Amino acid sequence: MAKINVSVAKLRFKGKLKVKEETRNFYNGIFIDLGELVLFTGKVIKQMFQPPLEFREFIKHGFLLGNKSLALVSVTGFIMGLVLTMQMNPVLTDFGAQTLLPGVIAVSMVRELGPVITGLICAGKISSGIAAEIAAMTVTEQIDAMEVSGTRPLSFVVASRVMATTLVVPILVIFADAFSLFGAFLAVNIFEDTSVELFVNRSFSLMGFVDLFPSTLKTVFFGFFIGLIGSYKGYTAGRGTESVGKAANLAVVEASLTIFVIDLIFVLITSIL
Amino acid sequence: MNKAVVMNVKKLYKSFGGNHILKGIGLTLHQGENLGIVGKSGIGKSVLIKCIVRLIEPDSGEVDVLGTNVLECNSNELNEIRKKVGYLFQGGALYDSMSVRENLFFPIRRTQFKDKKLDTEELIEQSLRSVGLLDAVDKMPSELSGGMKKRVALARTLILKPEIILYDEPTTGLDAVTSGEISELILKIREEYNTASIIITHDMKCARIATDNIKIMDDGIFRIEGTYDELSNTEEKEIRDFFI
Repeated sequence: MAKINVSVAKLRFKGKLKVKEETRNFYNGIFIDLGELVLFTGKVIKQMFQPPLEFREFIKHGFLLGNKSLALVSVTGFIMGLVLTMQMNPVLTDFGAQTLLPGVIAVSMVRELGPVITGLICAGKISSGIAAEIAAMTVTEQIDAMEVSGTRPLSFVVASRVMATTLVVPILVIFADAFSLFGAFLAVNIFEDTSVELFVNRSFSLMGFVDLFPSTLKTVFFGFFIGLIGSYKGYTAGRGTESVGKAANLAVVEASLTIFVIDLIFVLITSIL
Repeated sequence: MNKAVVMNVKKLYKSFGGNHILKGIGLTLHQGENLGIVGKSGIGKSVLIKCIVRLIEPDSGEVDVLGTNVLECNSNELNEIRKKVGYLFQGGALYDSMSVRENLFFPIRRTQFKDKKLDTEELIEQSLRSVGLLDAVDKMPSELSGGMKKRVALARTLILKPEIILYDEPTTGLDAVTSGEISELILKIREEYNTASIIITHDMKCARIATDNIKIMDDGIFRIEGTYDELSNTEEKEIRDFFI
């Protein structure tokens, strides 16, 4: 009986050691991954300025990625504007501040909700798409084939996509903001008759440079990291077919998290300034 | 052999974790030579040629390709060497979003973009004619058979006029007739482009047709070297078994 207890204790001890080792490996893995992502970013930025510049690829990906996401982003923005207005109207009416409604909606959409929600949609749609596409190229040795013929796949495959997302995501955010204001305008008209001119005047009355500039600038970073993380996950995917799905999945998770981190950094900087 | 040495690999080591794949392997390749590498699956044959072009970074050793130590090159120098070393992948690795013409045009566009006078159409036609697939120029990779894909991949390799070609199991997954045709094609390419080649294969018919010398790889090193006839008639049963 005593021998059995000793064996059980030993097994438990080994189990605890294994858990500790796995936890350590997990945290080490995060830092190694972060380090590799930094190196990858440096290489991609360098490739962006090395000839031959892939202007056609950049335009092609920009058009494809933007075109495919435009409807989704616009509809989401429209619904957000509509819902937000309908939910805020009773609250502001209670305080007798109903006239502030368009301005409050515009500021909240342009400053925060529009960029973050569009960023999250793009993380799900664009980043995962890029990761899956490049991972499939990695699995079928197409990336190796480019590498081995000296054609610098980082420039052709990655840099062109990252530049495209950097350009496209801010444009998509502008569309989302515009459609959210359109949704808000319709919702306001449910409660009272408001002309377009009056709605626009009230919407922009509360907005200043400090609302527009940081929110636009952060969408550029959103776009850059959505493209970069998708490409990184695809580029470093394993050799099996399951790695394609894994790369797409990880790209969504990490790109979404990165959007929140960038948003937090911008909010902190803006509040300090 | 008195011909110039185009590749010299010395004491190459590569491990994955605790798994030692290459254990100080070495080889010499001469101008115009077709060297076959034979061995059991998973023994590290593909790892060896990937280490030669640094698709996989070796742990240590020396790889001299056309007078340049590949392991000491920076990325620009490595790209220059890689243009002179063609690599035919097992599955062809054609770019599936591009047509055959675009697949062939891609390496020229990316590596010789400064040469405005280059007649790319002529180069594409010449490469496709060499592999006997001139008719497929406007097809997509998905429309090609396995043998055709390998031929197009070879044409894409040839378009940069390499001095050395590394073939990674060029006849795998092909029927006997097509694999015979590919083996003959390897010989034809050598005559036409004056290349030296390393051919990794499990296909003994390919080894017989396409190679001058064969090295048998085992446990991370080359165990024996000889011509097809010498090795297939050796007294060692284990070696003879490869040729059955």
